[in-house]
Amino acid sequence: MRVALRLLPGLWLALLVAAPLALVGVMALSWPSEGVPPYAPPWAGPGEARGVNPDNLRLLAEDPYYRGALVRSLAVAAATAGLCLLLAAPMGVAIARAGRRREALLAAVLLPFLTGFLIRIGAWIGLLRDEGWINGALRALGLTEAPVPLLYTEGAMLLGMVHAYLPFAVLPVFAAAARLDPALEAAAADLGATPSRAFLTVTLPGLAPALGAAFLLVFIPAAGEYVIPELLGPPEATLVGRVVFQEFFANRDWPVAAALAAALLAVLIGPILLFQRLGRAS
Amino acid sequence: MTPGSPVPGWVRAAMWAGLAFLWLPVALLVAYAFSADPAPFRWGGFSLRWFAALAANERLLEAAWLSIRVAAGAATLATLLGTAAGWVLARHGPFAGRALLGALTGAPLVLPEVVTGLSLLLLFVALESATGWPAGRGATTVLLAHATLGTAYVAVVVGSRLAALERELEEAALDLGAAPAAAFATVTLPLIAPSLAAGWLLAFTLSLDDVVLASFTSGPSGTTLPVALFSMLRLGMTPEANALAVVLLALAGGILGVVGVLMRGRA
Repeated sequence: MRVALRLLPGLWLALLVAAPLALVGVMALSWPSEGVPPYAPPWAGPGEARGVNPDNLRLLAEDPYYRGALVRSLAVAAATAGLCLLLAAPMGVAIARAGRRREALLAAVLLPFLTGFLIRIGAWIGLLRDEGWINGALRALGLTEAPVPLLYTEGAMLLGMVHAYLPFAVLPVFAAAARLDPALEAAAADLGATPSRAFLTVTLPGLAPALGAAFLLVFIPAAGEYVIPELLGPPEATLVGRVVFQEFFANRDWPVAAALAAALLAVLIGPILLFQRLGRAS
Repeated sequence: MTPGSPVPGWVRAAMWAGLAFLWLPVALLVAYAFSADPAPFRWGGFSLRWFAALAANERLLEAAWLSIRVAAGAATLATLLGTAAGWVLARHGPFAGRALLGALTGAPLVLPEVVTGLSLLLLFVALESATGWPAGRGATTVLLAHATLGTAYVAVVVGSRLAALERELEEAALDLGAAPAAAFATVTLPLIAPSLAAGWLLAFTLSLDDVVLASFTSGPSGTTLPVALFSMLRLGMTPEANALAVVLLALAGGILGVVGVLMRGRA
C-alpha cells in the first residue's frame, strides 16, 4: 500500500515530466528530416550522418537571431519582474496591514487573475488599438489628429505582461508581510522613524527573501512567455517562446525548436534553484 | 489578527493604484460588453446582442464545452495524483527516491510553459510511434498535459495542509485500533477535504486558462476555449469576446466565492 502510493504519482511524473524533458534533450541533438515526424534521432541520422547533431546548439550560440531571442527574452522578463515588484511590494504590505479589509483586498487581486489572462489581454487590445478607448480619448481631448500607434509595440507588450503577472508577485509579498511582526515597525515608530522610513528600513529589508521570490516567480515564466508578445507585441519582438513556436509549427524544424527550449531551460536553472531556496527560507 | 501598524500613505496609494491598474481594463471590458456598437469599446447604447451572438456561436460553444470536460477530467486526475504525491512527501519520511519525487512534483511549477508543452508533445509523438497510442492528438492528450500540471499544484496545496495538520487526531484513531485506511478515511480525509476542493478548483482554472500546453498537445480535433479565443484575439478584440469575458468573469467570481467559503470552513 505504502509502496503503491509512492509508485502511482512517481510513475506518472516519470512518464509525463522526466521522460518528456529527456526527449527534448535528445531532440536538440537530432537531425532535421523530411519525414513524419520531421526528425531523425542521433542513432539514425540521414545518410552518412550518424551520431549526435551538434548544429542545433551551435546555431544558438552563433546565429544572432537565436542568441538575440534568448537575450531579449531575459531582458523583457527582468523588466516585467522589476515593474511587477515595484507595484507588488507596496500592494502586498498594504493589504497585509489592512486589518478587516484584508480578505476583500486579496480577493480583489486574485479575481482578475481568475478571469483568465487572455480576457485581460483582450481588454488591453480594446484599449490600445487605433480605434480604441485611449486613442478615442486622446482625439476627443484634441491632443492628436491621427491615432497614436499603441498596440503592437514593446510598451504594450510590457504593459500586458505586468498586468498578467502582477497577482503572482503580490502573493508572496503579502504572505511574508502578514507573518512579519508588526512590533518591529512599531518599535521603529517609537524610536522616531516616520512611517515611510520604517517601511523602507524595517519592513522591506524584513521581506527581502519574499521580494526575491516574487521577482523570480514572475521572471521564470515570463522568460518563456508566448501569448502576450504574440498578441500585444510588435512582430520584431522575437522572444524565445515565439521563436520556439515559429520553428516548431511553421518551419517544422523540431530539433532547433527543442535546442532553443533546452537553452531557455539551461539559462533558467540558476533562477529556478534560487527560487526554490528562497521559497524554503520564507 | 494584528491591528495594522501605520503604513505610509504613499504605500496605501500605490496599493490602490495597483488595484486600479488590475481592474480598470476589466471594468471597461464588462461595461462595453453591453454596448450596441459593433466596434469594441465604443458606446452605442445598452444592448445584449453580443451575448445573443455568443450563444449562437457554435464553434465557441463547442470549444467551451470541450474545455469544461477536459478541465474537469484533468482536475480530477490531478487531485488524485497530487494528493498521493503530497501525502507521500509529507508523511512517508525519508525513503529511496524521495528527493527525486519531490523534484518531479515541483518541476511543472517552475518549468516555462513552452518547455513543458514542447516536451509533452514530443512524448506523445514518441509514444505513438512506439505503441500506436495515443493515435494522433486531441482532447485526451490535452487532458493528460493539464492533469500533469495540475498534479504539481494540488501536491503543493494538499501537502502544505497536511504538513500543518495536527497528527494527534490520526494517531489517536490508530491507537484506538483503526486500520490506517480507516483512520485516513474517517479522520484525515475530512480534515483535508477543503484543500482537496481548493486544489481541484485550482487545477480546473489552470486548465481553462491554458493556451500554450493545449496548442502543443491538441490536434485539430482538440480546440479548447482558450485556443479558440487566442485565435480570435489575433485578429483583434471583438464585442463577442467582450461578452465572453463577462460570462467567464461571473464564473470566476462564483468559483472564488466557493473557495472563500471552503477556506473559511477550514479555519
